[in-house]
Amino acid sequence: MSLLIDILSGLLLAAGSLMCLTGGLGLLRLPDFFCRLHAASLNETLGTPLILLGLILQTGFDLDSIKLLLIGLFILATNPTATHAMSRAALHAGEKPLVDAQAQGESSSKS
Amino acid sequence: MRDLFGVVMLFGIYSLLTAALFMDLDAVDVAFTEAAVGAGVSTILLLSSLRLVGRHEKPHKHNPLLPLIVVGLTGAALIYGVSDAPLVGDPNAPAHQHVAPRYLNEGPQETGIPNVVTAVLASYRGYDTLGETVVVFTAGLAVLLLLGVTGTARQRDFGSDDDRKVQRQVVKTLIPYIMLFALYVQFHGDFGAGGGFQAGVIFAVGFVLYDLVFGHAHSRKVLPAQHLIRFGALGVLIYGGVGLYSLLVGKNFLDYTALAQDPVHGQHIGILLVELGVGLAVFSVITLIYSTFANRKVAQ
Repeated sequence: MSLLIDILSGLLLAAGSLMCLTGGLGLLRLPDFFCRLHAASLNETLGTPLILLGLILQTGFDLDSIKLLLIGLFILATNPTATHAMSRAALHAGEKPLVDAQAQGESSSKS
Repeated sequence: MRDLFGVVMLFGIYSLLTAALFMDLDAVDVAFTEAAVGAGVSTILLLSSLRLVGRHEKPHKHNPLLPLIVVGLTGAALIYGVSDAPLVGDPNAPAHQHVAPRYLNEGPQETGIPNVVTAVLASYRGYDTLGETVVVFTAGLAVLLLLGVTGTARQRDFGSDDDRKVQRQVVKTLIPYIMLFALYVQFHGDFGAGGGFQAGVIFAVGFVLYDLVFGHAHSRKVLPAQHLIRFGALGVLIYGGVGLYSLLVGKNFLDYTALAQDPVHGQHIGILLVELGVGLAVFSVITLIYSTFANRKVAQ
């Protein structure tokens, strides 16, 4: 049983770390601010609670796991809000999203 | 690097890494304070000061070679001096002789609280912590004297009330839990990581968050900035008052055994009051500094 929990928590930790890593990769490589924001924030918002879930499985059922759960809930609530705030701030500052010019031309010619 | 925004972000990252380093060295209280103050509040305060000074550093006219030489020599001298220091964790190091064994061995019994860090901070070295609290209060006073609380604060362009619905709703839901957590950290400092400094910072962050999202017009109704320095003074007064009370009863300054019949109970009461004073002072000064920076008219 404990081996099962170990394996499960290891999987969750690996999945969460992979998500955060790919989010970081996207942060470096994507062309536009909004793309980068999308990559970093979405991946972290899933990856961090996954990591915390893996840690909760490791600590068992006591006060520490409740604290970890609360941290996970907090991250789930505030990360999207922060992303929203950042994108609104960027739009307010005049940053325009990178749109494919050819697709823009096609859609305007069709309508 | 001329972009001060990048510099502020680097400061925040540096503080976070230092907090992780402190965690690695098993100094949980210090890591907590470093993360809260350095990576949290300091970044906000520096960013709001960037609003006043502008984002890019003006190019300087002097040759950077001389300061580089001075810094290099000083760094080399420091490293040479440190090479003689005892290793980290060496039990024969002078820092671990004299009073440290007494704090570690008899601290929990004498003060009655399990967290030795809080015991040392608030009881054994309470006088130094009084100095720290007064320093924090003086910083708030200095900011007030230099910049002042503007009576007619600049109304930031917040658009219509509908504009920030998502942020406002989330913040409205979260702030009570932030305050609750701050209170938890304040009173849990006796048993785990926590204490007055961290709790004051977290409490201040709640108010700063409200000010950021709802605008100064609303936050001024919640907590007018001119009362903040009085809260800070109240915090220092509580701390010093505990010491003075001990003097008046006939014992030494900040001798907590004068506060109750049983010495350990007196320690409990003393540490509670003292941490309360610290938390009040830190909270009021940080909120004051933020509202002074953020609501100052920018000379355009």
